[in-house]
Amino acid sequence: NSGVVCLLRPLLLDVVPSIRQTTALALGRLADYDVEMAEAVVKAGILPQLLCSLPEENRYYKKAATFVLRAIAKHSPQLAQAVVQCGALEMLVICLEDFDPGVKEGASWALGYIARHNPELSQAVVDAGAVPLLVLCIQEPEIALKRIAASTLSDISKHSPELAQTVVDAGAIAHLAQMIPNPDAKLKRQVLSALSQIAKHSVDLAELVVEAEIFPVVLTCLKDSDEYVKKNGATLIREIAKHTPELSQLIVNSGGVAAVIDCIGSCRGTVRLPGIMTLGYVAAHSENLSMAVIVSKGIPPLCLCLVEEHEDHIKAAAAWALGQIGRHTTEHARHVAVANVLPTLLDIFVDPRSSEDLKTKASRFKALKNILQKCTYLPALEPLLHEAPPNIMKHIIGQFSKVLPHDNKARRLFVTTGGLKKVQEIKAEPGSLLQEYINTINNCYPEEIVR
Amino acid sequence: RYLSKMATLIQKWWRGYLRRKNFREVVEVEKYFLKFSNVYFLQIQKTWRGYYVRKYIHNFYALKKYLKAVSVNNELVRYELQEYAEMKENEEKMKDLEKKEKEKKYQARKMHYLLSTEQIPGVYNSPFRKSPDPMELLLRQSKPLTHRKQQVKSPFADELYGWPTCKEPPDFVTSLPVLPADRQKPQGPFRDPAEVLQQRYKPVEPTLRVRESMYSSPAKAREPTGGEEWRNPIHDNQFLPFSSYHKNYEKYEPSLFKSGKYGQEAYGTKYFREVYPKKWIADK
Repeated sequence: NSGVVCLLRPLLLDVVPSIRQTTALALGRLADYDVEMAEAVVKAGILPQLLCSLPEENRYYKKAATFVLRAIAKHSPQLAQAVVQCGALEMLVICLEDFDPGVKEGASWALGYIARHNPELSQAVVDAGAVPLLVLCIQEPEIALKRIAASTLSDISKHSPELAQTVVDAGAIAHLAQMIPNPDAKLKRQVLSALSQIAKHSVDLAELVVEAEIFPVVLTCLKDSDEYVKKNGATLIREIAKHTPELSQLIVNSGGVAAVIDCIGSCRGTVRLPGIMTLGYVAAHSENLSMAVIVSKGIPPLCLCLVEEHEDHIKAAAAWALGQIGRHTTEHARHVAVANVLPTLLDIFVDPRSSEDLKTKASRFKALKNILQKCTYLPALEPLLHEAPPNIMKHIIGQFSKVLPHDNKARRLFVTTGGLKKVQEIKAEPGSLLQEYINTINNCYPEEIVR
Repeated sequence: RYLSKMATLIQKWWRGYLRRKNFREVVEVEKYFLKFSNVYFLQIQKTWRGYYVRKYIHNFYALKKYLKAVSVNNELVRYELQEYAEMKENEEKMKDLEKKEKEKKYQARKMHYLLSTEQIPGVYNSPFRKSPDPMELLLRQSKPLTHRKQQVKSPFADELYGWPTCKEPPDFVTSLPVLPADRQKPQGPFRDPAEVLQQRYKPVEPTLRVRESMYSSPAKAREPTGGEEWRNPIHDNQFLPFSSYHKNYEKYEPSLFKSGKYGQEAYGTKYFREVYPKKWIADK
């Protein structure tokens, strides 16, 4: 293998330009295929030779050279670091200023792959002055160039708030926002992902993104036929919603919640995940907002997600979202309970087949606990009584003990459905909280029935 | 004066003493008063706070209205999004249909020989059918497809304008012009291609005489008039050779003023101004 690379090396300096071009193309394809090949290309010291004559070459050579750089940089951060150390960034920036759109595309793709790996490399790319040129590239008419420039901006801004701020300072947001209504699906994917990477870092950046008037337009993306467009649109809305209650309020007011709910209903699989998390974040901020989510018929799709999905993290997210909705007041918990979701939650929690991931179990447990603590809707709690494990049982009995002393009809119902019998069967240590609850319940009934 | 000062001093002290005694009593009275009437004050404040909170901060009815507004807005948004999705679907279907139509038409043109003649019914026009197949109708309508001649695409097509005067060798030469297959292959010692290219594209080095005439004063004097000529033409139409060939493209359009309802008006040819014999003075 390295024999080939050594043979190709002298061809790079050949007099005939077409030979140089085909050599560069061959090197690029070799490096593209495999990590070891890329490392071999780097070790053979080809990069400085490739780059030394780049500014004077014609556009085909530049395209092939950028292809080589991209192919090497995409495999790992070390290779990308090697590429940067050879002084590739200045050359790539020179290529970005070229007239030919193919050359610009190759250069921005290579920059994107370099910036993807870690923040230092992104900072290096930004220091080379690539960002204003990329923003210019976005405004070009060719769609492929726009796509790649948008994906590069998204890769740069995803690492840290300062980088995102640099991208914003170059005026990228306005152009990205203008491209949202564009009919091309892949372009929309990249644009939405770029905006969501910018918005996720801080409140100010999120507000800047919102001020670019994306709101009603982004909702049309949620109805697109392409799944990843829907996913990225939902991600953007999630990043905006999670910062402050005011931003969530904005989303609710513009009807975003309805669109997100429809989007969840129409997709399957991981694509649903950002939508579910959006609902969770919106509901988490305040009880008015979670009431708004309930009113927009948010609970049925979440239940469906819980039941249908096979992936554990999606189920955990759905459980978390339901927990956020139900935890504010009894009204909310009642709505959640009416949708018959508590038995499902319990089943998932108890199920030994579900993954051992502590976090998911803990989140489901917390969700269940939060809802139960506010739930006074007794018919929903009944079936749970029969199946629950001890730590859940504590909360259920606690709820019963809060409601039963006051409500006659509920007491009668409790006895007739065999709830009281079940309570007697529970053995609890004397002095524990559970025992106290059981005592309170027993005190509501006359002695004969208790025996 | 000293006396009056002393008197004022004593009166000052006495008044202060009296007031302070009074003050302590008043304070005690107040305390007792408050102890009993605190309840009433509290009640007023309680009712006020409850009212205020319910009316402005946690206004239940405002919340209900808000939620209703949210759900109405959601309905609207859902409806519009549904319309948008349907529109997109329709567009896609239309595009698909058009593509299929184009395919069918192309096929019909290619298979034009399947058309039925007077004597022999064609494949799509079986005598047992009541009416010909739609494919048959399509065949009748379509023009037969002629094979396009093989176009030798010139590899320098987009460099053509710059070629005779370009300073560098041409860009990536992928395809050489197609030569006939049975041509005798030229043999013989060829020069080094790099040398040839270098010679072909050597930069222009004009002789002293030519260079002088390029930058001499008569040439420089001619320059501005050239610019003037470009700037001040009266007639912007291109000069087209074979002007009678282009006659069809330049129809004469009579001006709106002269054209009447049924053709050209006589104004401009037969008479030039409106004539009011009644206004003439000379005859009288």
